[in-house]
Amino acid sequence: MRTLFKQTALAAMIGLSTPALASLAYVSNEKDNTLSIIDTETQEVVETIDVGQRPRGILLSKDYTKLYICASDDDTVQVFDLATRKIVDTLPSGEDPEQFSLHPNNKHLYIANEDDAIVTVVDVETKEVLAQIDVGIEPEGMAVSPDGKWAVNTSETTSMLHWINTETFEIEKNIVVGQRPRHVEFSKDSKIAWASAEIGGTVHIIDVDNLEQVHEMSFKVPGVSPDRVQPVGIELTSDGKYAFVALGPSNHVAVVDAQSYEVLDYLLVGSRVWQLDLDKDEKHLYTTNGVSGDVSVIDVEDLKVIKSIKVGRYPWGVVIDPTS
Amino acid sequence: MTLSIRQTLMTAVTRCTLIGALATATPAFALDIRIGYLQFVPDQGPVLSNVIPEPEDAGLRGTELALADNNTSGKFLGQNYLLETRVTDSEETALAAFTELQDAGIDLIITRIPGQTLRKVVESADDKTLLFNAGARDNALRTASCHANLLHTIPSHAMLTDALGQWLKQRRWQELFLITGQTPEDKAWAEAFRRTSKRFGLDIVEDKPWTFDADLRRTASKELPLFTQGDDYDAVVVADTRGDFGEYVPFNTWLPRPVLGTQGMTPVAWHRVVESWGAAQLQNRFRELSGRNMNSEDYAAWAAVRAIGTAVTAISKADAPAIRDFLFSDKFDLAGFKGRKLTFRDWNGQLRQPIPLVHPRGLVAQAPFEGFLHPESEMDTLGYDKPESKCRINN
Repeated sequence: MRTLFKQTALAAMIGLSTPALASLAYVSNEKDNTLSIIDTETQEVVETIDVGQRPRGILLSKDYTKLYICASDDDTVQVFDLATRKIVDTLPSGEDPEQFSLHPNNKHLYIANEDDAIVTVVDVETKEVLAQIDVGIEPEGMAVSPDGKWAVNTSETTSMLHWINTETFEIEKNIVVGQRPRHVEFSKDSKIAWASAEIGGTVHIIDVDNLEQVHEMSFKVPGVSPDRVQPVGIELTSDGKYAFVALGPSNHVAVVDAQSYEVLDYLLVGSRVWQLDLDKDEKHLYTTNGVSGDVSVIDVEDLKVIKSIKVGRYPWGVVIDPTS
Repeated sequence: MTLSIRQTLMTAVTRCTLIGALATATPAFALDIRIGYLQFVPDQGPVLSNVIPEPEDAGLRGTELALADNNTSGKFLGQNYLLETRVTDSEETALAAFTELQDAGIDLIITRIPGQTLRKVVESADDKTLLFNAGARDNALRTASCHANLLHTIPSHAMLTDALGQWLKQRRWQELFLITGQTPEDKAWAEAFRRTSKRFGLDIVEDKPWTFDADLRRTASKELPLFTQGDDYDAVVVADTRGDFGEYVPFNTWLPRPVLGTQGMTPVAWHRVVESWGAAQLQNRFRELSGRNMNSEDYAAWAAVRAIGTAVTAISKADAPAIRDFLFSDKFDLAGFKGRKLTFRDWNGQLRQPIPLVHPRGLVAQAPFEGFLHPESEMDTLGYDKPESKCRINN
């Protein structure tokens, strides 16, 4: 008994002192004001940390030392140090930050301010607000292309993709898409952007060179009423093979052939699936299921859901640190 | 503090440069979309429970918010939405104001007027005017006296009582004590509930009109326990649309039973406590604009103007017949913050929508409920479905 206790204590101590031993997934729990940390080896929650109010969008710095957290109801972005697992700083964010995206320069953070119809650009080093850009009503999704050229914002009520030139901080093009666009994901080569429209039930494929829509996808989940099929998060495998689309209250993730845009399968996950992220070797996909308060783990090779992990209330975002 | 100053400065700077940015991103043409708003709310008469008054500008504020929403989208597309408002105090002035709007060439009009006034408005409307009813809940406007150019964004009485009925059914609270007020609106609500009870196999074990008069020499709260004496019932259903006695029913029933209907737990188009599916943002915007909470009339008016905006964004036209065509096409869906895409029923022009069931400080549930099936849309289990309505406004 004592030995067991010692071992557990030792393990816990190792876990605490060197948290970067195992690859870790971070999950923001919108209604618990916490962050759940999942060990992707054991697929278990190893720690739950108190953060600001209504944490939603989360992302990792490009050097994987920090996690940025949109604390929406605190009107701030919190900076979470991965090594010490402590909030070490806050950034000016404008009101009600929901989603954001970091430029490849690791400095310029583009934040969608949902209540103000504005995108705020903050320098994370100087904490200076570099620009505030007027966009449509309820800016939500935010993505910067991997080549750093474009920042794209989706405005939910205006139903547009606003293409912001990252040199000038000016909008150069507005593309009308389906109702309530939520998320944009770029292909690794920055040539294709995928945009989901939650109420429209569609995913729009945009050719980035011409800034034109080249394809529009819709989804039919067997046995689910079409108006419950609401695409939100999108994740692409880096080999260009698959796109995974979280379909909200239909409780399914669509597996899409990223070349032909054909839906290959629908995988049943937890309730109201919103965001997703691949682990470091892209073997597993993690999804946040808001209503059931859990994270589903999908085996990418077999395209099967293999586990669900209980986290906090209303998990919103998930990111996995590939270096750990 | 320094942040907000910096942000303000920054905003000023970027907004200056933005004008240039928008010019390059905006199409060269400009389109004006003119929308009218007509309101007439008859005097409700004296009521017993008038502690918390209803806002007088309900509907108007929702219209204004949606106009601002539309204009924010419109500025990227060279579309400019304009509002003409007429708030009147009698049927005569309402009808005159409607003529005025028409004479000014406005053919997209949101109305918050009683059903009987609406019928007269429809009769005097020219062929291309498109009307959006954001006030009248009369079932008859959806089942018999429909009109091709009349759309309804406010739910009918039947949609509201069906939401309640589905909830009672799934809770298995099937034996009901119905209390009906004296106004025609109360009676219409109660009639809708009686239809609901047949539809979902509920049992109205007591059906009593509320006739509280001076003979009783008692306050309503003293009278109600005696009034609700009866054999067992599962819940008390109140039909008191203007809020006369209904607020005194909860906690004053003979048996310890929940109260629902027009008071207690109520079915609504919208309420402050709806916050899922992005609704929190709509609520925030509304409170910022009006300094109060958004209610059902505000929501219905907002939905109407947003439906117009959604159509104009898609077709880049401002004429009413083209907008009407788009609203009934399969390309239209409205993001209405209720977790489902909202569309218009093609037989009677009613906006399909989930119905929240609320109490003053919380959301209880949202209809339609699982298990109430429909071949086309589960939302069509609420209100008069196509086979139950004589209307065929698109044939």
